[in-house]
Amino acid sequence: MNTQDIIKPENLVASRPRLFTDAITHYCPGCSHGVVHRLVAELIDEMGLTDRTVGIAPVGCAVFAYNYIDVDWVEAAHGRAPAVATAISRLNPENFVFTYQGDGDLSAIGCAETIHAANRGENIVIIFINNAIYGMTGGQMAPTTLLGMKTATCPYGRREDLNGYPLPISNLLAQLDGTCYVTRQAVHTPAAVRTAKKALKHAIENALAKRGTSVVEFVSTCNSGWKMTPAQANDWMAEHMFAKYPLGDLKNRQD
Amino acid sequence: MKGNEAIAHAAIRYGFDGYFGYPITPQSEVLETLEAEMPWETTGMVVLQAESEVAAINMVYGGAAAGKAVMTSSSSPGVSLKQEGISYIAAAELPALIVNVMRGGPGLGTIQPSQADYFQATKGGGHGDYHLIVLSPATVQEMADFVGLGMDLAFKYRTPAMILADGIVGQMMEKIVLPPFRPRRTDEEVRRQCPWAATGRHGRDHRNVITSLEMDSPKMEENNLRFQRTYAEIEANEVRFQEYFTDDAEYLIVAFGSVARICLKAIEDAREKGCKIGMLRPITLWPFPKKEIERLSAQVKGILTVELNAGQMIEDVRLAAHDAVPVFHFGRMGGVIPNPNEITDALLSHFPDAKA
Amino acid sequence: MAKVIGAVVIDTARCKGCELCVVACPTDVLALQPKEVNDRGYHFAYTANPDACIGCASCATVCPDACFTVYRQVIK
Repeated sequence: MNTQDIIKPENLVASRPRLFTDAITHYCPGCSHGVVHRLVAELIDEMGLTDRTVGIAPVGCAVFAYNYIDVDWVEAAHGRAPAVATAISRLNPENFVFTYQGDGDLSAIGCAETIHAANRGENIVIIFINNAIYGMTGGQMAPTTLLGMKTATCPYGRREDLNGYPLPISNLLAQLDGTCYVTRQAVHTPAAVRTAKKALKHAIENALAKRGTSVVEFVSTCNSGWKMTPAQANDWMAEHMFAKYPLGDLKNRQD
Repeated sequence: MKGNEAIAHAAIRYGFDGYFGYPITPQSEVLETLEAEMPWETTGMVVLQAESEVAAINMVYGGAAAGKAVMTSSSSPGVSLKQEGISYIAAAELPALIVNVMRGGPGLGTIQPSQADYFQATKGGGHGDYHLIVLSPATVQEMADFVGLGMDLAFKYRTPAMILADGIVGQMMEKIVLPPFRPRRTDEEVRRQCPWAATGRHGRDHRNVITSLEMDSPKMEENNLRFQRTYAEIEANEVRFQEYFTDDAEYLIVAFGSVARICLKAIEDAREKGCKIGMLRPITLWPFPKKEIERLSAQVKGILTVELNAGQMIEDVRLAAHDAVPVFHFGRMGGVIPNPNEITDALLSHFPDAKA
Repeated sequence: MAKVIGAVVIDTARCKGCELCVVACPTDVLALQPKEVNDRGYHFAYTANPDACIGCASCATVCPDACFTVYRQVIK
């Protein structure tokens, strides 16, 4: 039997998410954002949430997320997504509200908004892309940049005496009574993507069940900022990023 | 009741969906009154003490993006912090109400009353070409009335409105008539009134996106031109002011907010002595009553602006008067409030002929 | 014995040639076009060895641009 002969609807096992728009993303080749976007789009559709989802887009590489996933969106000022999400979730409690933020947006300029939304236990999902660098502005240091990692604003490599230490913000968020679920995931292999999808689904279920704030950190690559090929970036992430940001659940409260 | 309390009660009665604030003197009674009233148990209004003014205004942005009637209040240093969010709200063409109960500045300044945020309020305040509709209450009654008026105008033009009050009218106690209770809009009414809002699609065939971002320059210019058309429409339709003794006035005082009431006392005293002084009190500081000042400048021999600042509104008065008559400023700063005699003296020092 | 065969359809116009599908494919079905590029200048992915496809969808799972449609059939 020819492989071409099996191309028929009943044999379909994977396809472009229905909630993806036709737009070609502005992300660099191999960027982790695209995979995480796909998980978000698939889950909203599979869980029947299209009509009541509001996403909050950040400032940073994912600023145009609203062009790619066909649900209602609000584009927030830099770092303020959790505050925006707080109001929407409280004013429309039947909505599923999520923020989609990078490391600069969430852990630098929006650190206060993130911590306080999580501490209030807002019934939202915070999707956190941690690639340890500022992608949109051209590869500057992030709070999560690893020691020794070179960026445009620490060209000598991050030094603790000059730049302080990488910020494990998810560990901090896991300490708060308002969070019910804090997990660290990655999307660098098919197995990791499948695990990450389960984690994100659990986070969404928490928001729908009003269990408090769920944080899903995606340890990610920025191959352009890291100046590597996408495949090299995945390997480098597994070798270096996972040492500081190990994958797995940091907190999973079931009540 | 106090002016600040009046704002809180008026907000509940108007059917506001949400209030987001952060305590700062001299307006903390707004949040305190709302928390004490617990409107979430009656009307369903959300009241939340945010972690900062920055968070509070971004909560307002979020609520406004969802088509809800939302507001915040603060005082000068806090309103400076809100400017980022206000600029986004204006740029995303969202309705919202912001209350600034002004205190003396710059910096931490003082907790005493001031009108030194006139420039900030009427010239935009944050980055970019935008305006707020700015309402200036002189009485506790107006504090209550402008809550509904401000939000109505904000919805009508899809642009943020500000009540620019001062510490005097915020803290002052007067007897007032509160507006009648109105039910909050249902979710269906919100979706009908605000078809652009990010409510979740609810069967809509397209997504709604609230954003102020536009990377294509010609499109961004078109956005700006649309904002300017809205502002032109507001300027044509929404100028509000009150005149006192202008029929036969030979000299004119222009004053806003609580200071206008002190000026009125000064004018009444002066008129008893035969001095023909009148007053124009702008109620909308933006749009500014330019035409009325232009008209009166053809009638009077001189204009004095009286403000609790170093001379801010005077610039708009001079522009409107087109140098037809001399325009001077009298002001006190740092929380000092002038008495009526000081105002009369200032007017007579600039215009000795005003003496009957 | 049952045999699983698969097929992938690649939206080559969307492909940015990141090569992550090539790395992820367990049966070396995929490769990047060595010379040809798409409208946006990328050496896009293609099925260099289509008969080896088992329809596991690893390519679709890691593709950041959702370029893949995957089919699978069990032949008994």
